Amino acid sequence: MSTDTVMAYDEALAKFEPVLGLETHIELGTASKMFCGCATTFGAQPNTQVCPVCLAFPGSLPVANRAAIEGIIKIGLALNCTIVEWCRFARKNYFYPDMPKNYQISQYDEPICINGHLDVEVEGRTYRIEIERVHMEEDTGKSLHVGGATGRIQGADYSLVDYNRAGIPLVEIVTKPVEGTDVLAPEVAKAYATELRELVRALGVSDVRMEEGSMRCDVNVSLMPRGAKEWGTRTETKNVNSLRSVERAVRSEIERQAAILDEGGRIHQETRHFSEATGTTTSGRSKEEAQDYRYFPEPDLVPMAPSREWVEEIRASLPELPAARRSRVQGEWGLSDLELRDVVNAGALDLIEETIAAGADAGSARKWWMNELSRHATVQGVELAELPITVEQVARIQALVVSGDLNDKLARQVFEGVLAGEGTPDEVVAARGLKVVSDDGALSAIIDQVIADNADTADKIRSGKVAAAGALVGAVMKASRGQADAARARELILEKLS
Amino acid sequence: MLIKKSAVELGQLIAAGEVSAVEVTQAHLDRIAVVDDRVHAFLHVGSGSALEQAAAVDARRAAGETLGPLAGVPIAHKDVFSTHDMPTTAASRILQGWRPPFDATVTARLRAAGLVILGKTNMDEFAMGSSTENSAYGPTHNPWDLTRIPGGSSGGSSAAVASYEAPLATGTDTGGSIRQPAAVTGLVGMKPTYGGSSRYGLIAFASSLDTPGPFARNVLDAALLHEAFSGHDVMDSTSIDAPVPSVVAAARQADVAGLRVGVVREFSGDGYQPGVLARFHEATELLESLGAKVVEVSCPAFDYALPAYYLIAPSEASSNLARFDAMRYGLRVGDDGSRSAEEVMALTRAEGFGAEVKRRIILGTYALSSGYYDAYYGKAQQVRTLISRDFDAAFEQVDVLVSPTTPTTAFPIGERADNPMAMYLADLCTIPSNMAGNAAISVPCGLADEDGLPVGLQIMAPVLADDRVYRVGAAVEKALEDRWGGPLLGKAPQL
Repeated sequence: MSTDTVMAYDEALAKFEPVLGLETHIELGTASKMFCGCATTFGAQPNTQVCPVCLAFPGSLPVANRAAIEGIIKIGLALNCTIVEWCRFARKNYFYPDMPKNYQISQYDEPICINGHLDVEVEGRTYRIEIERVHMEEDTGKSLHVGGATGRIQGADYSLVDYNRAGIPLVEIVTKPVEGTDVLAPEVAKAYATELRELVRALGVSDVRMEEGSMRCDVNVSLMPRGAKEWGTRTETKNVNSLRSVERAVRSEIERQAAILDEGGRIHQETRHFSEATGTTTSGRSKEEAQDYRYFPEPDLVPMAPSREWVEEIRASLPELPAARRSRVQGEWGLSDLELRDVVNAGALDLIEETIAAGADAGSARKWWMNELSRHATVQGVELAELPITVEQVARIQALVVSGDLNDKLARQVFEGVLAGEGTPDEVVAARGLKVVSDDGALSAIIDQVIADNADTADKIRSGKVAAAGALVGAVMKASRGQADAARARELILEKLS
Repeated sequence: MLIKKSAVELGQLIAAGEVSAVEVTQAHLDRIAVVDDRVHAFLHVGSGSALEQAAAVDARRAAGETLGPLAGVPIAHKDVFSTHDMPTTAASRILQGWRPPFDATVTARLRAAGLVILGKTNMDEFAMGSSTENSAYGPTHNPWDLTRIPGGSSGGSSAAVASYEAPLATGTDTGGSIRQPAAVTGLVGMKPTYGGSSRYGLIAFASSLDTPGPFARNVLDAALLHEAFSGHDVMDSTSIDAPVPSVVAAARQADVAGLRVGVVREFSGDGYQPGVLARFHEATELLESLGAKVVEVSCPAFDYALPAYYLIAPSEASSNLARFDAMRYGLRVGDDGSRSAEEVMALTRAEGFGAEVKRRIILGTYALSSGYYDAYYGKAQQVRTLISRDFDAAFEQVDVLVSPTTPTTAFPIGERADNPMAMYLADLCTIPSNMAGNAAISVPCGLADEDGLPVGLQIMAPVLADDRVYRVGAAVEKALEDRWGGPLLGKAPQL
């Protein structure tokens, strides 16, 4: 495989201005497919979620799924789009073995949602990403190309097709060209994809898992010389399967295109594939030899005409959206911008909010998730939400701290126990015998021993140097293996040495 | 003779216990055995399953169940309707041996109504044609003259009913494929309002035009069959959610007193056989004598219906037929392990489709291509709107429109096979109602003097006024049969 010449990113940006465009596909999490009653469970045995309609048997006809249309209207409204009063499905015609009908039911010049926007924040600056359209379509099946070096159809020995995915409702969200991002183009692209994912997740219409393909981004990039007015030729990069890849794909395309343009070459309008392994893109099929899709209105379906009442009903039912929610919790929890960003990036917002709902105070809830539990998640290489601990359990541990039954150090041991599968917080406390020693009798004996062992320090305290008590408290804690109530120990020490 | 009886009579005889459904079915199977090697109306005859279904009807009757008026009456289905227990090929090589895992809504409803399926009838491949010569399995012959075509695309159905192999048959009408074969074989053939009968399980030719409908030897039989399979179907989004017009009652009413009848000016003149026009004029005079008010009406956009149809129907077909790609069912050619999926698709389609189907796929692909869409498909859709407006304006003045069903009587097999344009003209008068989606029927109105072959009268009514064409058709039928001393089909030669 040939390696493209690239120009260093900073140099590329000194010479050229990038223009971005993002096309995002989101599989809706409806119980059934877009045009038939088949189930949509991810990961089922191949070709077990199929029927005459999604296999395109002769004579079968599509019937539109109302839940999917409701889902796309939710997305459109959340993206500040206009929901049109009347629109149609269209057929996009091309032959491919994983597309049963050899046309995809999609929308062409009459999308259901138009003219919206989504604001994203990068390095303290807000970028408004204009949304051109949001339209409804169906997913294709999945091809597995066996043999050959690349896992792509070229050079494969044979291919297998799984039609389970064929006909799953798919929403395509297309931005208008995004200008003015300058050096932050990769970050803005990633921020957009991130915000869109949060938004759709908040709406509850998709699980938006990029790794499972329920959210897929195509990234369009073009460059124009600094000061130029006319946009350059764009490429469309597919196979971008993570948020980080969105950023890397933009950066890599900028570096590649800049090198070509700088040498007086021209950019081919083409589809490119992003490789996670190399972080670069490689050429796919050229748009110039691309298909003529022969779009025409789908005659098997009646037009979609969502009533205004229905649209308003859906609007009224929208949950709190991520931007509004972030500004609310920032105020409620008293967070700085930076702290808020950390919480969001850690994926801890829901967890903290639910922990608070389960009885913890905001500060403690955030502290446990962002420090102790984040550390465990990093060590185990999982998302916070995947840790084997519930928000109720976190709140319970904090309640034990508040009641004085645990101190922070003991609490950390309880977290460890719960995460290790030793049971509920109370079971871990009981099994490990973790209990703050605040019983004066037991504590008093330890203190007496500590005073005897540290006569010099004790003398200092007797002579009025109260600050030295800290050293004795530390010794008491050590002697009690952390179970002593530090505040009570300090009181007793001062009492005894006054 | 059981096979000469109407469906209504057969239903009554079975209900009264005077004859069993098995006997009726056997009589028709016997007739098929005698004549079908000459007529070739059937692609598949299901003797065993037909007798089983008939026996089941007899058993239900014996158990005291009250069944519908057509229970136990045999029927032949055009091979474009999916049947789970019989092959369904649309007369194409590409679907040779295809047995669908499900029934079309039409076949399912008729099964539920107790009709006995004799078999599947021949047709032009994928319903593309007007002569049934485009079948991959050989042509069907007109029972009136075996050297002539039985019409198309539902020519197997028309020939089966006209040769007494079946009292009833289903067909589909995309540009005239029920009315034209009915006209040239002396039958009643009805194209219901688009959306009035479900397309689910019907192998698509042109989705926005395809309409299932009945063939019968008289108007009342057609109405009974129409009522039995019609009505809203959730499996077909384009099916109309409205009550089925009361066509049976209308067929029994059979009067035209005070009715305003419009003669379409555009459907006469050059290209119309004199004998066809003569019978048509007599029919309009007859309507007047029966108390109708007959006026001439102009529908200028109808002149563009044929060219617009030959853009819209092939465009939709080019997309509908894309699914025949050798991947999941049907014929597969060249899959020897050395070829790519694309190569196998191409070889299969080259071998599996006939010449007319390929012609229309190419025509449609061209008409939808980027840069041509507006000039062809887009313009044709505008013409379609104008045709609907002409109908609307005409139906302001009159209750029904009438015309000859076809410009000529049945032509000899082979005569137009190499001249697609001449073939396409057979649908000149029938296409406007497909474009507008309104109801239209063809009823026999006599024999042309030149050739002694049947002529059809087309009666058109507004969308969802299907009952109106039955009412007029039945009145014409009654008056003409009085004049002829029986059904027109009685004049057909013995097979």
